[in-house]
Amino acid sequence: MPFKLVILWTDALVFVLLAAVALFALHVRRHDHLAAPWRKVARSPSGMAAATVLAFFVAIGLADSLHYRPAIAVKDGKAVYAVEVLSVFDKLAERLRTRKATTYSAPLATHRYTKESIELPDGRQVRDYPRLKHGGSHLRDPVADWAPDVARRCLYGIAAGSVIWFVLATLLCAGLARGGATDTDTVWRAIWRGGTEVPWRTVLVTLGVLLAVGSPLVALAAKYHVLGTDKVGQDVFYQALKSIRTGLVIGTLTTLIMLPFAILFGTMAGYFKGWVDDVIQYVYTTLSSIPGVLLIAAAVLVMQVYIENHSEQFETTIQRADFRLFWLCFILGIASWTGLCRLLRGEALKLRESEYIQAAKAFGVSEFRIIARHIVPNVMHVVLISVVLNFSGLVLAEAVLAYVGVGVDPTMTSFGGMINSARLEMARDPMVWWSLAAAFCFMLLMVLSANLFADAVRDAFDPRIRAARPFRLAARKP
Amino acid sequence: MSQERSLLSVRDLRTWLDTGDALVRAVDGVSFDVRRGETFALVGESGCGKSMTALSIMRLLPDAGGVVGGSIELEGTDLLKLPEAQMRHVRGRRVGMIFQEPALSLNPVMTAGEQIAEALRRHTGLAGAALEARVLELLEAVHLPDPARRRHEYPFQLSGGMKQRVMIATALACGPDLLIADEPTTALDVTIQAQVLDLLRELQRTRRMSLMLITHDLGVVAEMAHRVAVMYAGEIVETGAREAFFSRPAHPYSRKLFDSLPSGTKRGGALAVIRGSVPPLTREFTGCRFAERCDAAWDLCRKSTPGLYDAGNGQVARCHLYAPGAAREAGGGRREAEVGGEQRGTSREPRAASREGDQSPVTSHQSLLEVSDLKVHFPVHRGLFKRVVAHVKAVDGVSLTIESGQTLGLVGESGCGKTTVGKGILRLVEPSGGAVLFDGADLARMTRGELRPRRKDVQIIFQDPYSSLNPRMRIMETLEEGMAALGLGADREARQARVDALLAEVGLSPEIKLRYPHEFSGGQRQRIAIARALSVDPRLIVCDEPTSALDVSVQAQILNLLKDLQRRKGLAYLFISHNISVIEFLAHEVAVMYLGRIVERGAVDEVLGDPKHPYTRSLLSAVPVLDPATKRAVIRLQGDLPSPVNPPAGCHFHPRCPDAFARCREGYPGSARFSASHTAACHLYALKRDG
Repeated sequence: MPFKLVILWTDALVFVLLAAVALFALHVRRHDHLAAPWRKVARSPSGMAAATVLAFFVAIGLADSLHYRPAIAVKDGKAVYAVEVLSVFDKLAERLRTRKATTYSAPLATHRYTKESIELPDGRQVRDYPRLKHGGSHLRDPVADWAPDVARRCLYGIAAGSVIWFVLATLLCAGLARGGATDTDTVWRAIWRGGTEVPWRTVLVTLGVLLAVGSPLVALAAKYHVLGTDKVGQDVFYQALKSIRTGLVIGTLTTLIMLPFAILFGTMAGYFKGWVDDVIQYVYTTLSSIPGVLLIAAAVLVMQVYIENHSEQFETTIQRADFRLFWLCFILGIASWTGLCRLLRGEALKLRESEYIQAAKAFGVSEFRIIARHIVPNVMHVVLISVVLNFSGLVLAEAVLAYVGVGVDPTMTSFGGMINSARLEMARDPMVWWSLAAAFCFMLLMVLSANLFADAVRDAFDPRIRAARPFRLAARKP
Repeated sequence: MSQERSLLSVRDLRTWLDTGDALVRAVDGVSFDVRRGETFALVGESGCGKSMTALSIMRLLPDAGGVVGGSIELEGTDLLKLPEAQMRHVRGRRVGMIFQEPALSLNPVMTAGEQIAEALRRHTGLAGAALEARVLELLEAVHLPDPARRRHEYPFQLSGGMKQRVMIATALACGPDLLIADEPTTALDVTIQAQVLDLLRELQRTRRMSLMLITHDLGVVAEMAHRVAVMYAGEIVETGAREAFFSRPAHPYSRKLFDSLPSGTKRGGALAVIRGSVPPLTREFTGCRFAERCDAAWDLCRKSTPGLYDAGNGQVARCHLYAPGAAREAGGGRREAEVGGEQRGTSREPRAASREGDQSPVTSHQSLLEVSDLKVHFPVHRGLFKRVVAHVKAVDGVSLTIESGQTLGLVGESGCGKTTVGKGILRLVEPSGGAVLFDGADLARMTRGELRPRRKDVQIIFQDPYSSLNPRMRIMETLEEGMAALGLGADREARQARVDALLAEVGLSPEIKLRYPHEFSGGQRQRIAIARALSVDPRLIVCDEPTSALDVSVQAQILNLLKDLQRRKGLAYLFISHNISVIEFLAHEVAVMYLGRIVERGAVDEVLGDPKHPYTRSLLSAVPVLDPATKRAVIRLQGDLPSPVNPPAGCHFHPRCPDAFARCREGYPGSARFSASHTAACHLYALKRDG
């Protein structure tokens, strides 16, 4: 075998989550009343634009979650695998990963950021900005050729982006035309008139903007360090892309871990009242009075000791880093289930008095069956809203934790790590700003689109928010 | 229309709502006048557009609604053309409004006095002592007890009736010319309703104010209105003076409404029902909107839209029956005859049925359920260690008996504990004392495991058809749940077959079992809830106000269904209701509850025909009746229901009782027996008991 599949803890959970989402989607499709609010989400232009951007992040995150160890040699008929664990994404971005500079260089630079002594071929030494090993190394005369080369590559990128966009748009139209039993042309015109139920125009425009920005970046990345390099010469663009997975994993797995606690305890407290409620309330009141950072710091320290004492369990550094990430998710989950639990308790308190539950009690239906059949399905909208709203908060929390020093493993790239290292870079003279800027832009884009999507979901699911659409009769007066 | 110049004149008002999916023509061409100093009642079932009409007048429509045509003139000024700043001046100052739910229309963080002062400050220049004095004056005008103290109280400290009084005082603060009252008493108890209606009548008379009363309750209309307009599906279908309207309703819809009202005289048979349901207002109509449900409809009704025709007697009806000229000669005469026949038919029907009905009740005299001295006390916890400091005595020693195949009506005001009795019998709340003997076995003392097989015998139907079905479960699953839990039906297929049979039994098509509750109307949901209760073949059903959330015409259908089921299956009902006429129609025996205890019980004719207990008497006298001739001499009760945490010493009723004397304060009266079945707990009859 040319590779050995490595399934890290978080990978496994990510794929379990993916499967769960797929099953849920299948279930929703079959039940009209469940699908109705999702159709409302699909009709929201801002929600769909955000979903398009999120899809891009998720695609990168998933590609970065398929890990393997490549075979480096064959010994005695057995393959020997590299110590380094790579992901599919690493393979795709191999040039970004391997072409390292020595130290800082500015975005798109051909020379290093600071002067150094260079030994000329004739033995003299000068202090100058040395040429980079990879960034713009193909240019014969960097001063004269740089601008035309960058422009040319940008154009190439945009051209390639347009082709991709047209292919995707045509596929979409063809797909819609098949579904709607019309021809592609009609669908195309309907989309641009804004006449489709799902705002495909918004989706296509968002996709266009994404490709217009993304493809020149990718085109340039082949020969330059588009977003510069960091202290050890690693490409910042690559780091930013790698951070996406960390952010996504923290944002989703944490919720996955906390959900069972929150749902079970919340509904039980609300439904049973009495001493069950007292105990659960006592637990979460205590838990939420301990400062979260303190709890997490303590847990991370405990975990570090564990890793050091059981080093045989962790073959590679990435496995260690991953275990730490998993543990962080777990502990964040423990610290954050209380909010949702409170909400669900309130909701269950209200529901337990409702007449259909009284009717079920009159039939002697068992308590846990009532919780499972009557209460949980009726609080799912609260769960869903809080899950999507929590996501962005957790991504941001990771950044804060890294800054405090209890975040993910230093060897694992994350937005928090990038921001943390930028602390020193910003103090340098001349200032190194691109690390922070890259982390900021990527994180902003991800959190903003997650928030917009969460808004669309909340609007669709929250029963209190009715379609408060302003009256649009002016055009329809008889 | 009138010689006298009218205060408010609404012409061809069209208000539409945009639900996002469709346009609802909530008000579609409504015209009416409200004259100075008169009470104008707008009657109709829910969803007919009466509240939307009121909100259009106030220009307080929800965001999704808008007036698309017509005019609303208040003494010559078109309110729809006023800028918002001037409209604010009209609201409160010229036109006041009170809403159905007093609890929701007062700001919970402002005292009663402040809320009134706010309105005064906005519209008048009053300030300081003058303002204070005016607030007090207004609170006195609405007969709020102890106004000097109450004005500083917050809404949660006031009872429902008092809140509505404060609301009325706020609306009256600036002496409006027109008061719009949107279902002002629907959320209140009968005795409180009588007080509030009295107050409105008095204020209207003394201030020569016009009152526009919006209600679904024909009884309230009969007591209050000078003129009546009936709304149906966004249109006014009939207007006329009260006397004319009540003596001879012109429109077939109005007639049907009267026929579908339950009462004691219709007891023997089934109530008339209006078939079908109100058409959705999202579509355009051709022809009469009532044609599909009308017994008197003919071809013309489906083809052309009827205008408002003079029906004689000062009445105007939107019906082809009254079309002038040729139509009247050719079709009308025939119609007239047919309508007459139909009317006779409805009056004949109950008599025919009553003969049949007289034989049907199973008078086996074998008691199915015997509740003795049932107590349900809820502890009140206080302090850090949740010490029990008091008990809410929701049910405090109730005894009753239900024979199989019979209906016991349990009557009382809200908060008297009647629902808790029902739930206590089913152990949905745990009784704190007493015995519930069902077929000889004490349900109150069984363990959960012992109780479970017994659960199939007693079932319950609830009030709110919207919260009684789980919105996330299909009808099939809802109906199957009980059978599965109690192990009825051999397998899924057997249960499925039973579900089909149940739906057919309650008059629904078996195909609907795959649908979700939100697709059904209130009446259909209530039918499904009944089917669910029937799914385990109970012998007793506790009906907890099953029709009080429904419209009159739907109520008639449900009452007929319940009655029919009783006849066919020999079911016994414990029918809990605050609606006396429903009880009168359905029950064989009646028990009247006050503050956790039964004060009077007996056969329905005995209790309702010859009430002994002063509370029963005042309760009955407070019920609005259609025919002023049958109105009982009104006994107005003072004040509200006391708190069940510490009920008054002695007889619980004595602080409100018109006949109370010294002994009533000393001890709770024993019960006096008037016949084999009729008893009442009152000191007035102590001698009778002793002697």
